Amino acid sequence: MSLALALKQLANNPLPVIAGGTDFYPALQDGAAPAHAIDVTQLSELKGITLIGNEWRIGAAATWTELLQADLPPAFNAIKAAARDVGSVQIQNRATLVGNICEPSPAADGVPTLLALDASVELQHAGGTRRIALQNFITGVRTTQRKPDELVTAIYVPAPLNTERSAFTKLGARSYLVISIAMLAVHISTNEQGHINRCALAVGSCSPIAQRLFDLETALNGLAINTATEQQAVQALIQSYPFNELSPIDDVRGTADYRLTVVRAVLQRTLLSVIQQCLSISSVHP
Amino acid sequence: MGIEFELNGANIVLELPATHRLSDALREHAQCRDVKVGCNAGDCGLCTVLLNGDAVCACLVPIGQVAGKRIDTLSGLMQTEAVTQRLANSFLMHGAAQCGICTPGLLVAATPLLRENKTPCEQAAKDALGGVLCRCTGYRKILAAVCNTEALTTNNNARVGGSPMRVDGYPKVTGAEQFADDVAPENALVLKVIRSPYHRASFSFGDIDAFVANTEGVHAVFTHNDIPGVNQFGVIPPFFDQPVFAESECRFKGEPVAAVVGDAGVMHAFNPDSFPVSFNALEAVLTPEEAMQPTVKRLHENSEHNVMCEGFVQCGDAKSALKAASHTATVHIETGFVEHAYLEPEAGYAIRQGNRISLYGCTQAPYMNRDSIASILGIDAKDVQMVSTATGGGFGSKLDISWQPLVALAAWHLKQPVRVTFSRRESMQSTTKRHPASIQVQFGCDEHGKVTAAHFDGVFNTGAYASWGPTVANRVPIHASGPYRIAHYRARTQAVYTHCAPSGAFRGFGVPQAAIAQEIAFDDLANQVGMDRLAFRLHNALRNGEPTITGQVFDGAVGISECLNALEKAWTDANKRATLANKNAIAEHSHQRFGVGIASGWYGCGNTSLPNPSTIKAGVNADGVVCLHQGAVDIGQGANTVIAQIFSDACGVDLADIRLISSDTDITPDAGKTSASRQTFVSGNAAKLAGAALRKKMLRLGNTPSWSDLPVDGDGYVVQVSETYDPPTLPLDENGQGVPYAVYGYAAQLAELCVDIETGQVTLLNFVAAHDVGKAINPVLIEGQIQGGVAQGIGLALMESFIPGRTENLHDYLIPTIGDIPPIESILVEVADPHGPFGAKGLGEHVLIPTAPAILNAIYHASGARVTNLPATPDKVLAAISKDT
Repeated sequence: MSLALALKQLANNPLPVIAGGTDFYPALQDGAAPAHAIDVTQLSELKGITLIGNEWRIGAAATWTELLQADLPPAFNAIKAAARDVGSVQIQNRATLVGNICEPSPAADGVPTLLALDASVELQHAGGTRRIALQNFITGVRTTQRKPDELVTAIYVPAPLNTERSAFTKLGARSYLVISIAMLAVHISTNEQGHINRCALAVGSCSPIAQRLFDLETALNGLAINTATEQQAVQALIQSYPFNELSPIDDVRGTADYRLTVVRAVLQRTLLSVIQQCLSISSVHP
Repeated sequence: MGIEFELNGANIVLELPATHRLSDALREHAQCRDVKVGCNAGDCGLCTVLLNGDAVCACLVPIGQVAGKRIDTLSGLMQTEAVTQRLANSFLMHGAAQCGICTPGLLVAATPLLRENKTPCEQAAKDALGGVLCRCTGYRKILAAVCNTEALTTNNNARVGGSPMRVDGYPKVTGAEQFADDVAPENALVLKVIRSPYHRASFSFGDIDAFVANTEGVHAVFTHNDIPGVNQFGVIPPFFDQPVFAESECRFKGEPVAAVVGDAGVMHAFNPDSFPVSFNALEAVLTPEEAMQPTVKRLHENSEHNVMCEGFVQCGDAKSALKAASHTATVHIETGFVEHAYLEPEAGYAIRQGNRISLYGCTQAPYMNRDSIASILGIDAKDVQMVSTATGGGFGSKLDISWQPLVALAAWHLKQPVRVTFSRRESMQSTTKRHPASIQVQFGCDEHGKVTAAHFDGVFNTGAYASWGPTVANRVPIHASGPYRIAHYRARTQAVYTHCAPSGAFRGFGVPQAAIAQEIAFDDLANQVGMDRLAFRLHNALRNGEPTITGQVFDGAVGISECLNALEKAWTDANKRATLANKNAIAEHSHQRFGVGIASGWYGCGNTSLPNPSTIKAGVNADGVVCLHQGAVDIGQGANTVIAQIFSDACGVDLADIRLISSDTDITPDAGKTSASRQTFVSGNAAKLAGAALRKKMLRLGNTPSWSDLPVDGDGYVVQVSETYDPPTLPLDENGQGVPYAVYGYAAQLAELCVDIETGQVTLLNFVAAHDVGKAINPVLIEGQIQGGVAQGIGLALMESFIPGRTENLHDYLIPTIGDIPPIESILVEVADPHGPFGAKGLGEHVLIPTAPAILNAIYHASGARVTNLPATPDKVLAAISKDT
């Protein structure tokens, strides 16, 4: 089937959409599946992870395993780490990145790293194409701006700086197959003087939609991070940061207080580890 | 137009909608019953198959997506794939399959890894298998089997004390094993259950006749009105209080009110919301605290304040002795519901033949099931046949009937075979759980660290129906001292009805909860006295010649000191390691803190002061083949092998030459239920007696020229024997004094772990488990029990919490994965018991009793965090750390 035909079908009839099925089937509980669905894995236009011009395009049929196997710049290390933490190998082999953002739970594993990568979402319908920043695309718990006649066809990520380094941390109550209590993505790039020239921080599972920490990013941008004193200043910023973006709740996985406390602690650690990575580039290429 | 793909090397075309789940297509339309289904949500990995060589959960794959592709399941890989065959062999050699329900998923998931790398490291094996849950093994033998397929050694010693491969192991690793959902005939009708959506509800039916008449493919609906016998069952006669179908009010969420039976094709897509019933939610009480309020309506008429029953043991004068104690420790703990989470949901089928009914499915208690079905159908017990299929884990919950009365009733009325398969959600909603406990203890000791007194008060949430609640209430006071000498003791328990799923039997019958409080108190006292925590326990360990808190005195069989002594070196080393690691961590400003914990446990084997016989039958047929009628249900723990080993040794016939006939109430005599750690001890004794008796009879025929010339009896045997063993116990008086059990087993475990003091996350590093098993009949199976028990103890301590209505699946209810279980060293201690076969004691429940307290004591040792509200999830650990500082 072609994409055009699928869009035509959707225009006539708002069928459910299926890709890897890892959300589709569990949502049915034990009920039978609807007999008809648009299967994005059958649309050749939606496959692959490719660099197009100055953007990386992650097709709607691309799985987490494909992402792990793709040759991507170091800025994608965080999202690769997130991929390894998605469910299990069986889930990674099936689940798609686009599927992860289409009915996003607050704990959708891909959202923090994609937000930190400034990802945008491509939607197509029979009449055309539109592009929305990921942070605007997701409108709430399991809701998005997708209209019933639209398909999310790809995620686009602007090609990152070669100097950008990243890390992802997921906190859960067991090793595999776990929904996070909290997770965060840290992306940092430094210039030749060892000053932060790009900083993107995002936290998941602590608000209805994963959040970028824009105020903290602004405070960190431009800071020097070469010396221990400078790094202590970074830590102090995190210590005093109010995390107003977050609105965690108490649930079976943890309390709201716990989430805030732990995000602060883990952010410090993760940020310091990414800073070390950035510093090691400048020491390799003085 | 069908969907064509390659299945296990052959082309197949299936006429199904493109969105049909691959798992169901393979099992129900392509005869691949080696693909198991445990959750239908990608949470358990049982249905793992290879899609073009990559592991996927078949329950999440629309069949349309496999068109033109290749699917491999275990049965196919076992025909063609050398690495899978080798791995299957390795599973058998290592004892990596227990119940075997997860084994196909594990073998398939490991195959892509082994194709790449025949000798993977442990981390690679964990990453490959992280998506397959196992509830029996504790994963360690699975890891060993996957990492060591290239270095296999065979153990040929099948005698008692040797570790032959499990006698029922081979079909478990080939995918041929038939579990409860694998045996129904193709023409079986399918039954679906209509359940209460509320914790408490009244309900009324609409026009059921019209529903049946107007719903294509639906044959019948059954409600309480259709029960010919008694709409009431239970497990302990005075406490039969549970209906098959609720009559006017539902007492828990998930309680059945009706069953709909129809053609398989129609019932596959059956939507319970289409059934004509309306529920009206009523005010529910979910905790004992609420239920015991005087204004709350009783769930059951005879239970004042909703207290179902009480247990009590007293010796000496605890109150005065506590007052006189130099040091006292007071501990209050709260535990939640724990779900058994066997990976096989309940399933089975029934078929009526004339005026008899036969049931095939999973169970731990075939004779008790038989009697319950007879009473529900109003027929004689001899007209009910209960055949145990391979049972995919039980741990106590499959003692109670669940699927059985539903299909029995339907097949009885319809005179057609009827099949039912519980979904994971139904299984979790409606079957029994471990009792939540609220326990308050006070222990006192003198200035030398001798424990002098204990006071124990425990309230257990028994849910909507009694089930094994009385057993929990009675067992806990007998065990709450731990395996220690305590002269002044008073323990009281209450089991309280609430509108929750019934609590029942779960590995330990309440004793694991009690041990948590007691062993925390022991750490507290040891610290107050300034004694080493192991030395403190050794100082107080029960010894031969000293009375237990029920006044029982043993002469030679008490093995707790030996268990503690066996841990001494590991304890010293672990404490040194922790001290050094903490010194380094502090110097490096690390957030990790290391700790070691220890705990003991004991457990009486068999029923408490009640008759508890097992009978084993054996015969020699005209071909000279020795047949063993072994009715002790093997739910993965290994009874088929252990009972056969004991029989083989006593009879003098090689294990390999014995034909095993497993549990079927028509042909195997009653070997009791698989519970209370009784099968090795009680059925083992019966097997030993039967083996010796058969040997004696055979020797008398020693000079017979040809067996085939001898007359055969009605069973086709030239000679046959049937032997019964019933453990000697004595009743308990009003103070709980007496001889509740003939045999106790003893255990001590230590846990090493690391606490992240910034996140509260606990990383387990190592366990050493010393168990007094009397005589190790099969050491590899024992290690498997220990590792599996420790894994369940880890779940209890760190992650498991069933919240009725909220955690009814395996992604919100977490059990340990292969990444959560550290190395577990087993030390087998053999202090022979005069009653045990070859000296053997039971083990099945002992294995998890010390685990949770050892972990909690280690968390405290590492971080100063005393977590008393279980599970100790990271948020609770962190809160306890903050409280401490």
